[in-house]
Amino acid sequence: MTRILVVGAGPAGIRAAETLVAGGLHPVVVDEGAKAGGQIYRRPPDGFTRPATVLYGSEAAKAAALHQLFDRLVADNRIDYRPQRSVLGLADGVAHLAGPGGAETVAFDRLMLATGAMDRLAPVPGWQSAGVYSLGAAQIALKAQGVALGRRIVLAGSGPLLTLVASQLRKAGAGVVAILDTAPLHVQVLGGLRMALARPWVTARGIAMRAGLGRGYHAGVMLERIETDDSGPRVLHWRDAFGRYRLTDCDAVALGWHLRAETALADLAGASFDWSPVWQQWLVRSDAQGRAGGGLYLAGDGLRILGADGAEIAGRLAARALLQDLGLDVATDEQARDLARLGRMQRFAEGIARAFPWPADMVRTVPDDAVLCRCEGVTAGALRATLPLSGPEANRAKSLGRVGMGRCQGRYCQLAGAEVSAAAAGCRPVEVGRLRAQPPVRPVRVADICSLPPQDQRSIHP
Amino acid sequence: MTKAAGMVGLGRLVRLAEAGRPALRFHLDGVEYQAMQGDTVLTAVLQIARSLRAAEFGTERRAGFCLMGACQDCWVWQEDGPRLRACSTLLEPGMRLLSVAPEPWPELSA
Repeated sequence: MTRILVVGAGPAGIRAAETLVAGGLHPVVVDEGAKAGGQIYRRPPDGFTRPATVLYGSEAAKAAALHQLFDRLVADNRIDYRPQRSVLGLADGVAHLAGPGGAETVAFDRLMLATGAMDRLAPVPGWQSAGVYSLGAAQIALKAQGVALGRRIVLAGSGPLLTLVASQLRKAGAGVVAILDTAPLHVQVLGGLRMALARPWVTARGIAMRAGLGRGYHAGVMLERIETDDSGPRVLHWRDAFGRYRLTDCDAVALGWHLRAETALADLAGASFDWSPVWQQWLVRSDAQGRAGGGLYLAGDGLRILGADGAEIAGRLAARALLQDLGLDVATDEQARDLARLGRMQRFAEGIARAFPWPADMVRTVPDDAVLCRCEGVTAGALRATLPLSGPEANRAKSLGRVGMGRCQGRYCQLAGAEVSAAAAGCRPVEVGRLRAQPPVRPVRVADICSLPPQDQRSIHP
Repeated sequence: MTKAAGMVGLGRLVRLAEAGRPALRFHLDGVEYQAMQGDTVLTAVLQIARSLRAAEFGTERRAGFCLMGACQDCWVWQEDGPRLRACSTLLEPGMRLLSVAPEPWPELSA
């Protein structure tokens, strides 16, 4: 039987696995989580008691359906499920994994990547301090651990997650002192119209949720800096939409500007990339169904940032494309219907991208003494000082300036670094190029690498 | 002596829900504390402390960032055994965690 490896067990990976199983295949499903669900439908550890309606709100039924479906696939032995494993590298049809039991390998003929997305971050002076988190982190802390990240939390950035996390935290009784959105209101209205045309009910729900935030929410702000002391954030310095300088006392800050696709494994698998002017980031080139060529398929936010509903559709689409490529029967009418559904998700997502834009101006003018790379504390000034020597090309600037060299491997600084370099060179971020992914894409113990056969060690440490 | 976990004003995190779980004891820097079954290492430490560790490349401290295994900000040491990614490792009874490296670690001259 054809050996299929699915990476990721969020909405896209789960639907892909279901579709592949229905097509008669027995895929290996590798996931970093302890339980399937991904980030958005993440499940708390055993012994937690809040029901799905509390954890996932209006999306509770979708979350529960996916969890039950996946658990059923595992219980019936229809998939080979490997939780708590990270894929470190890919070479010659072999994936190298690290998990609780050490390193292992999985050989595959076709690869389905459903690796999802992470928060897209922009540097705010002071963000390297303990107590500054991503917006996603604030949601994960609440959902998976039942905790708030502080007593006086400022949420800042832009995107649907900003409103959602604020609303969820408030409902759970957390102290949210300000919700600061860098997207001006008129920009949000223009993007919101596109959103409403594609998905009126979802848009209306978002508007109602936003209205529920009341006076703590501010649109069109400028974030000046996070004042910190030894124990963490103390005061958020910002300007409101009228340019007035404002101070907000806080002990925690969560930042995020919508999402960034996780593409490191696609890069190692040989995918091509295009700069997306809509999402302002590099995305994998594929056909409408998720075929990226060479036996590689992608689905979910790791391919196009369409959210959980779009990810479920994309998972089915890519899996059917894979089945079709193997010469197996697929329901072509369902494939056509899913393509139409995905088109609607795409129009909605483009509205979101326009409503809550990447704060390019803020990043281009970030002060020299602000940390750009959180991992290694490299400042924006240090990158600017590197550019006359390295030139603006991203990989050369990384080699000499170390922005993107740290242990997050550029996940949280690549886009900001490109923006700063582009500003210095007087060009657009697309022109400075894309950081190449390097294996291992997650940290791994040297002992684990050494436990692999020599030919397999090369894909992790070439 | 076991110190009660989650004393108001000490830790960074605030428990909002799921408070009925069984207690679980662990050590941080040689002192015994109490957390709950199902806590991650990050939750257990930050309910009693403001941070997990010092930054290696700056003078500030670190307390995790993404909580989803992507940023690698939250690695902590154990008295014995490998380092742990605090956000994605569940606390186990008797864990002996360290907020400073057990062996000499390069000091940053500020």
